[in-house]
Amino acid sequence: MSHAIMQYAPVFPEIFVLAMVSLILVIDAAVGDSKRDLAYALSLATLAGAAFLTVRDFSTMPVLTLGGLFIDDPLSDVLKLFLYLTVAAVLVYSRDYLRARGLCKGEFFVLALFALLGMMVMVSASHFLTLYLGLELLSLSLYAMVALHRDSSVATEAAMKYFVLGALASGMLLYGMSMVYGVTGSLGLGDMAIALQDGTDLRIPLVFGIVFIVAGLAFKLGAVPFHMWVPDVYHGAPTAMTLFIGSAPKIAAFAFVVRILGQGLESQVGDWREMLVILAVLSMALGNVAAIAQSNLKRMFAYSTISHMGFMLLGILAGSQNGYGSAMFYVLVYALMSLGGFGMILLLSRAGFEADQLDDFKGLNRRSPWLAFLMLLLMFSMAGVPPTVGFYAKLSVLQAVVGIGYVWLAVAAVLFSLIGAFYYLRIVKLMYFDAPLDTAPITASPDARVVMSVNGLAILALGIMPQSLMAVCIHAIGASF
Amino acid sequence: MQNNLLSLVIWVPILAGVAVLATGSDRNAALARWVALAGALLGLIVAIPLATGFDTATSAMQFVEMKAWIPAFNIHYHLGVDGISMPLILLNSLITVLVVIAGWQVIRDKVAQYMAAFLVMSGLINGVFAALDGILFYVFFEGMLIPLYLIVGVWGGPNRVYAAFKFFLYTLLGSLLMLVSMIYLYFQSGGSFDIQTWHTTTLGMTAQTLMFFAFLLAFGVKVPMWPVHTWLPDAHVEAPTGGSVVLAAITLKVGAYGFLRFILPILPDASRELAWFVIALSLIAVAYIGLVALAQADMKKLIAYSSIAHMGFVTLGFFMFNPLGLEGGLVQMISHGFVSAALFLCIGVMYDRLHSRQIKDYGGLVNKMPVFAAFFMLFAMANSGLPATSGFVGEFMVIMAATQVNFWFAFVAATTLILGAAYTLWMYKRVVFGNVTNPHVEEMNDINPREILLLGVLAACVLAMGLYPKPFTDVMHVSVVDLLAHVAQSKLP
Repeated sequence: MSHAIMQYAPVFPEIFVLAMVSLILVIDAAVGDSKRDLAYALSLATLAGAAFLTVRDFSTMPVLTLGGLFIDDPLSDVLKLFLYLTVAAVLVYSRDYLRARGLCKGEFFVLALFALLGMMVMVSASHFLTLYLGLELLSLSLYAMVALHRDSSVATEAAMKYFVLGALASGMLLYGMSMVYGVTGSLGLGDMAIALQDGTDLRIPLVFGIVFIVAGLAFKLGAVPFHMWVPDVYHGAPTAMTLFIGSAPKIAAFAFVVRILGQGLESQVGDWREMLVILAVLSMALGNVAAIAQSNLKRMFAYSTISHMGFMLLGILAGSQNGYGSAMFYVLVYALMSLGGFGMILLLSRAGFEADQLDDFKGLNRRSPWLAFLMLLLMFSMAGVPPTVGFYAKLSVLQAVVGIGYVWLAVAAVLFSLIGAFYYLRIVKLMYFDAPLDTAPITASPDARVVMSVNGLAILALGIMPQSLMAVCIHAIGASF
Repeated sequence: MQNNLLSLVIWVPILAGVAVLATGSDRNAALARWVALAGALLGLIVAIPLATGFDTATSAMQFVEMKAWIPAFNIHYHLGVDGISMPLILLNSLITVLVVIAGWQVIRDKVAQYMAAFLVMSGLINGVFAALDGILFYVFFEGMLIPLYLIVGVWGGPNRVYAAFKFFLYTLLGSLLMLVSMIYLYFQSGGSFDIQTWHTTTLGMTAQTLMFFAFLLAFGVKVPMWPVHTWLPDAHVEAPTGGSVVLAAITLKVGAYGFLRFILPILPDASRELAWFVIALSLIAVAYIGLVALAQADMKKLIAYSSIAHMGFVTLGFFMFNPLGLEGGLVQMISHGFVSAALFLCIGVMYDRLHSRQIKDYGGLVNKMPVFAAFFMLFAMANSGLPATSGFVGEFMVIMAATQVNFWFAFVAATTLILGAAYTLWMYKRVVFGNVTNPHVEEMNDINPREILLLGVLAACVLAMGLYPKPFTDVMHVSVVDLLAHVAQSKLP
């Protein structure tokens, strides 16, 4: 009996989250609007419980379970822990914001946790079916989250665009998967890798399949030329939802890409590397250039996300453990920075006021030197200026790229990041050099301020001591491949 | 010799900066000033043992510290100084004290942040000079841009935003290409970011040439060399006095230092092959920028252009590839650190009283400010290279070295003796002598004890170095000879 249960031990965190989501759904419906904090507290408790279960069964080597559908390896465990952390920060940052706008409904927490479940499945998938299931669970939850603000036409429009384009991407992905299945006769990533090891006679369908898969992945990552949804969705969604979309799903998307390309299609690196080079260069170019023209901070961050995803692809296209490790480091650092950036907008917003215009940051140093300093750290980190951790993220992916002999790509990357530095510097300029336009006191709650302080200082602390996080990434990748 | 002296030199100012920030808002401005002064003095005190304990007989790195920092990429917290970097650390620590005192009464807005920015920057610059690991160097090299950006942008003049952006993006462009070169070197040297390992790494000519230009851009922008110098006049004019002092006295030296630590020893073949290029740029800086300085109406701009011309001498000396030229360049670096700091402080003194930097607004200052006029005279003379001042020593050595290589190099370089005297003394004449024409000048008071202290310290340095430069050259000599031995060796595979 106990043995029968224990063979499912690797899936306990997922089972736990699912059970808790169902519970929250029921409880929230029962207690009604008056006790909304209960759902909030239960959601945080869910994250803590899941983290406990993940740590308890922390794996040192890959374990396949559920008939090969599900893999539990150090990579998935580490990424899951970061997912819990990110989602928890999202919940803390957004509570006041949602409350002030009447969006603090049980649905938000349920959707966030369902999305988390989807991401956990993606991170632990070792099979096309589970990968796709996880992705769709995540995507559907996100579509609904964006549309949660029913009365806002911008949000509804954003949700519609997100849904249509997302569905298209899923279709492409499925099509590519079916072609790869046709070539290899397998949906499991491990079997697929074995089948492709010695090459195949069916080169053309295989390459076609890879093209469709890469296009689908690029859609989900928001890499150019499949990026069109990103600015509109980031801009249109309520900021709390943007914060969610901009942070945790990037971690899951990284896992998704590495699982498919790095594990399943590992031997075809020659085919997909050139595709990723194009995606990366275009993303870095367009993301950085277009961000300059934005006056809305959310939109600017959307373009900045596009360029960051381009950078992250640099690590993946190296096609080595070193490269995947650096991309993982990059995406975790990016999630941290993105959390801080959108979190700051939430902290500065108040009832009836969205601090999402660049001008809303004017003179922040006079209104709150501490928040301005944290934002300064975040901005320099996004620009990749030491001693913040963003620099090491850039360093590690550049190092991976130069390591495979693509020096020109590294030069292109740094030139685009120079362009990017301009608009991050502009935020610092607004905060420090200009006089405030808005002199209302900042109403952020103490717990959000504490989380923001930890978030910002982590950028600096990890910048001075990057070894810890880097070692975790390298170990996780090394032990999982 | 294993101790933590260099760590102290780096971290004492940075932690002092944090402590200053902790004093909070402008209500505690007085406290912030005293904490800053204490921190700066402490920073100077911990730097002094570097000079007293320095062994001038060896070219090996001294006061070495080595700890694993990021083992994943084989990056170390590796510090050490030789005869080239040690004097620069002392110069920086001294200038930091002066800058804190210079901002004492002038800065009234966000005092704690102002002082903290300078202290943090001072620590980071010490780190630049002490770092022996490429990435550690890069972290300090880039990190110092952040406080400088804020100093120019927050406390600067009317066009400060433009100047701050220009300065930041210019320098970032150079350093990012340098970063790629460093990563390339990491792979070529078999996985090491250690600068001394790079000194012995063999490199093909194409790689050397490409990296030469990448490093040249990184350091050339900082020096700044013609034609990438245009950020400097803007930044100088807009920066507050303290910012100008640090920019001229210290950050320019970071660029020149990079030549000696990276370009010459790591890329010797490309350096020899492309020496003509650097020499040409340096001579253009000396002659052409000298003429540009002559035409300036703004005193800060004039001194800024004069800095570019003087730094042209430094790079010229480096690429003569003989001990005299290199040492001359180094002496010129230190001397320019004193002289340009002093001149910017002098301009600051006048600006605080009249709120103008235009030469035409002054005249007849000697009648109202005789003590100040005397100090100003000394520094103007030093800037034009008068014998017995520090300005003469470096220029003379470089011109001598150039004569050994090519008469015409020396000929063009020597024009600085005429041009330098022309633009400096002409400015001095228009500002200090003559009759008082501007009624506001009538109301100006002579310098106060605080200002006398500042200028007096620098005057003593300028004279000491001009009259007896041997202690300085002794410190450098062995390291310079060793460096030249490196440059003479081909590293082609």
